[in-house]
Parts: sequence; structure tokens; C-alpha cells
Amino acid sequence: MSAARPHPSQPPPLRRDREGAVLGGVCAGLGQRLGIDPIVLRVVFIAATAAGGLGVVFYALLWAALPAEGESRAAGLRVPRVPGGRDSWSVAAGMGLLVLALLLLFRQWGLWVGDALVWPVVLAAAGGGLIWRQSATAADPAPPADEPARADRGSALGRAALGVALVVGAALIFLYFNDALRPARDVLLPVVVVLVAGTLILAPWWIRLVRGLADERAERVRSQERAELAAHLHDSVLQTLALMQRRADDPREVAGLARRQERELRAWLNGGRPFGERGTLAAALEVAAAEVEESHGVAVDVVTVGDCPLDADGEALVAAAREAAVNAAKFGGPEPVSVYAEIGDDRVEVFVRDRGPGFDPAAVPPDRRGVRESIVGRMRRHGGEAVLHTGAGAGTEVELRLERGR
Amino acid sequence: MSARDAPTVVIVDDHQLFRAGVRAELDGLVEVLGDAADVQSAVRCIVDLQPDVVLLDVQMPGGGGVQVIRDVARRRPAQRFLALSVSDAAEDVIAIIRAGARGYVTKTISGPELADAVRRVADGDAVFSPRLAGFVLDAFAGTGAPAPSAVDPELDQLTAREREVLQHIARGYLYKEIGARLNISAKTVEAHVSAVLRKLQLSNRHELSRWAVERRLVD
Repeated sequence: MSAARPHPSQPPPLRRDREGAVLGGVCAGLGQRLGIDPIVLRVVFIAATAAGGLGVVFYALLWAALPAEGESRAAGLRVPRVPGGRDSWSVAAGMGLLVLALLLLFRQWGLWVGDALVWPVVLAAAGGGLIWRQSATAADPAPPADEPARADRGSALGRAALGVALVVGAALIFLYFNDALRPARDVLLPVVVVLVAGTLILAPWWIRLVRGLADERAERVRSQERAELAAHLHDSVLQTLALMQRRADDPREVAGLARRQERELRAWLNGGRPFGERGTLAAALEVAAAEVEESHGVAVDVVTVGDCPLDADGEALVAAAREAAVNAAKFGGPEPVSVYAEIGDDRVEVFVRDRGPGFDPAAVPPDRRGVRESIVGRMRRHGGEAVLHTGAGAGTEVELRLERGR
Repeated sequence: MSARDAPTVVIVDDHQLFRAGVRAELDGLVEVLGDAADVQSAVRCIVDLQPDVVLLDVQMPGGGGVQVIRDVARRRPAQRFLALSVSDAAEDVIAIIRAGARGYVTKTISGPELADAVRRVADGDAVFSPRLAGFVLDAFAGTGAPAPSAVDPELDQLTAREREVLQHIARGYLYKEIGARLNISAKTVEAHVSAVLRKLQLSNRHELSRWAVERRLVD
């Protein structure tokens, strides 16, 4: 044990660790040097103390011998924890066996206070250690990266339960050894027997009752969902269908109605998020596209990759894209307008494209401010840029680019 | 195009109205051999009629289009499928592509475009609609770190060229327009798209993709 394997990184020198100390920082310092959770060392010391008082002697010696840690403690250096998962259980079992061997050795040598005291104290120390470590981990404001925050809440709970069981067991053993349990047993035995009998009789009913309640709740949830679905379909789809029947003579209007209804239904199906909420950049683009589509009667297909929250720069980008889509719908002819947005971690790109006749940008009179102000100027003011690709007969594509996280 | 070299098609969709509509739109462009409304009859119909391409709805009672592909694959592994759906949920679309469909188009596609897509699938090419291209870019997006369980890290990333081609598809460009813009032939564009399809079908990357993660967190 003492010949700790050299760490890949230089291990800290053997010192008392005042910061991680419970008593004098001996265990914390040792743990840091050896790469062991100090809780384990504390349990060993307590066990040695309980066995014959040796623990106190060792502790006092080390406390006197080791220098207290000064300012030299490297920032960010952390006490290594026992590895999580299955490893932690094998480490725990190994440490447990080592402690047991040590105790039996002491017992053999006669350094022994007595069975009635040592075993309960050792058990209680182990259990207390487990619980202590648990609460220490929970209180740790910033868990290290190699300990996933939510990783195994189940096993954490299991450890705490094991700790509690150990402590309670230790208390019971102590009482048993000191004959304090005899009167309690006379009272407890009949109570336990009656309880077991009662459980056996009532369990089937109880299980059936619980199951029935669960079924009923599930059924209620289902019927509520059905009612909600029916209400939604009635408010949206049926209304639109009725409207479409009345406007059957105007194909453009009908197509517009169908298109709007489709958007709403899709948004509802895909996330339960009501259409028109502009919380994110992608959602805002969809809303802008829908508005353009409705006011100009040309389909606007939006494809987005990634998403991010909508900030002021994002608003400007959406406004510019909307302007570009309006131009595309006005001059790009009856073919659908494509809007493609790629929202990455460091930049956002939006392409608005139509298949219309295209135009010559140089031929646009200077008093037409649509492209120059609403698109190019707006993007520049927000630290982005807009590029226009067009040519006679080749359609038009407006490319908007914005760096994120400036 | 003469009727002889027009590709043969079976339409599988549980909406009678829609089947009739597609039939009418494809009339004269491709040869519709038959149609089916559910999984069992679809499998029987496809195995009997042996069409070049099956137009397949994603969402159907009894397992959906994915089930049709699985059942047919056992008896006719070379059968080609083109997914045709109103669904634009990324999970549905990616699932059917990974099951083996060679492309995905939305039901709003026009008749001639659909016929063109059928012809391309019949020739063994992949057909990506702008929306599917968006989904695929999303699925392969992120830090670029390959999936930890990946057998072949090659499969977990798109090359820069493949990404470029997909971005152009998502922007609404046709294959020949993409070729002209990137100075490559339309055939090369098709090769890139087929490579992407292969990666999509063989990679495990999609399980780590952004939308899958989001969906799991939300639910």
C-alpha cells in the first residue's frame, strides 16, 4: 500500500491537507498522496483505533511528522475519488477485506478491546463513511468532469442505503452484545409475526387496488388526450375545410388556406408548440416564411439545420431573410421559393432562392432601396454580410451570413 | 418517353384518395402496375408484380413503410423503394432511409418531378429532397467527433464535398445546377449523394444526432 504506484502526473508530496481535513488533515493528505478516497483511510484509522487504540497512536505520529500544507497547493488539484461504477464496488470490497485482515491480526496479537465493541464500531464507521461521502458529493458545488452529474443516482441511493443499513446493523449488534435487546425482543416478536401474517392476507387486495388505480389514471389521461385532439382538430382543420368549401371558386385562396393549415398542423404534431411562437431563430424563419407566403401567394419552403435562441442579431437576420423572400415571391414567379438556414455554433447562414428570371443588380435604379437597405445594409449593421447571386435567366439567390457569439 | 422503357411502379399508401391522385399524376410518365393499402397486401403485390420502384408511404397501420421494406427484403432483396410521405418528422424519415429506401420526397412534389425521381431510383441513384438533405446535415452535424461505438469512423462523417452537395440540395438546386456550380458532372453529384445514402444507412451516427438527443430530453 505504502509503495503507491507512481501516478502518470507527479503525485503531490506527502503533507497534511488542511482544506480537506476532518480532524488534522492526515487522512486527506495521505489520500491525496496515495490516490485513495480519504474516507477509506478514515475508516481504516477508526477501525485500528477501535481494535486496540493503535489508530490513535499512528494518527498522532503522522500528525506530528507531516508538515501542514502551505500555500503551495496547486489550484484545481482535486482529491481523487474512488472510481465510480463497478470499479468502486471492487475497490470497496478490497479495502473491506484488508481492514478485516488487519483487525484479525490485532485480535490475534491481543491488541483487542473486545468483540462487543470492535465489530459494531467498525461497521458503524464503514456505514458512516459511506453516508458521509454521499452527502459530501451531493454538497460539492462543481463535480469534476469525470463524474457525470446525473450519472448514477440509483447507485448513489444504493450506497446511502447500504451506509444506513451498516450503521443500524452496528447499533443492533452493539445492543445485542450488551443484552439490551432481550426485553425488546419479547415485545417485537409477536408484533413482527402479526405484521407478516397481515401482509400475506392483504397483499393480493392491495396489489389489485394499486393496479386498478393505475389503469384508471391511464384511461383518464387517454380520454383527456383524445378530447384535446378533437378540440384541436375542430378548431383548426374542420374550420379550414369549411372555409375552403366556401372559397372553392378561388384556387389561389384555397391553396393558401391549405398551406397555412398544413403549417399549423405540422407545428402542432412535431412539438406541441403553437405555431407562431418566435422563441428560436428557426421558428422565427418559419413564421416569416408563412407571412410571406400568405401575403404573396407563393409557396416558401423552409429547411433549417440546427437552431439557436433568437437575439437582436438573429431578429435582423430574419428580417433580412423575410425581405429577400418577399422579393423572391414578387419577382421570382410562381415556382416555390427555397429558404435554407444552417445555424452552427459560430455562424449562421441563410440562403433565399427563387427560380425566376433573375435581374441585373447594376441596372437597379439607386432610388430602389429594397435590397440595398433592407438586406445588405441591415446585415452590415449587425456585423454580417449579404451577397447577391443573380443573372438573367438563372434565378436569384440571396446569401446572408452572420457570425455568432461576437 | 415510350411506354416500353418507362419504369414500372407499385404505389403503397393507406389513403385511397392519395393513391388515385398519384396514379393520375404519373399517368403516361411511368407505368403503374398496381397499388396496395396495407403492409400484407403490399408485400404480396410487390413480390408478385416485381416493379422497378415502389412508392412507399412512411406512416401506415401495421408497422408502416419500414415493415414493408423489411418483409420484402427477405424475398426480393434488390427491390428499390422511394419514400413518399407527408410526414416531416426527422425520426420517421431517417428510419425509412436506414431501412433501405433510396430516397425521400414529400407528397407536395409535382407529377413530373415525381416521375423523374422514380426514374432516378430505378437507375440505382439516390433521391434527396431539400428537407431530407436538411435532416441528413443535421444528423451528421455537431463536433465532428465520431460515435464511440463506430466500426468505421469513415462512415460517421461527411466529406467536405458531400456536405457541399447536400447544402446545395437543401438550398433547392437540381443535380445539374449543382454540377455546374461546383464544376463537376451531374453524374459525380449523383455519386456523392449515393455515398451519403450509404453512410446514412451504415453509420450509427444518427443515434447521436442533435434532434435525437433533443427529442429524448424533451420527452
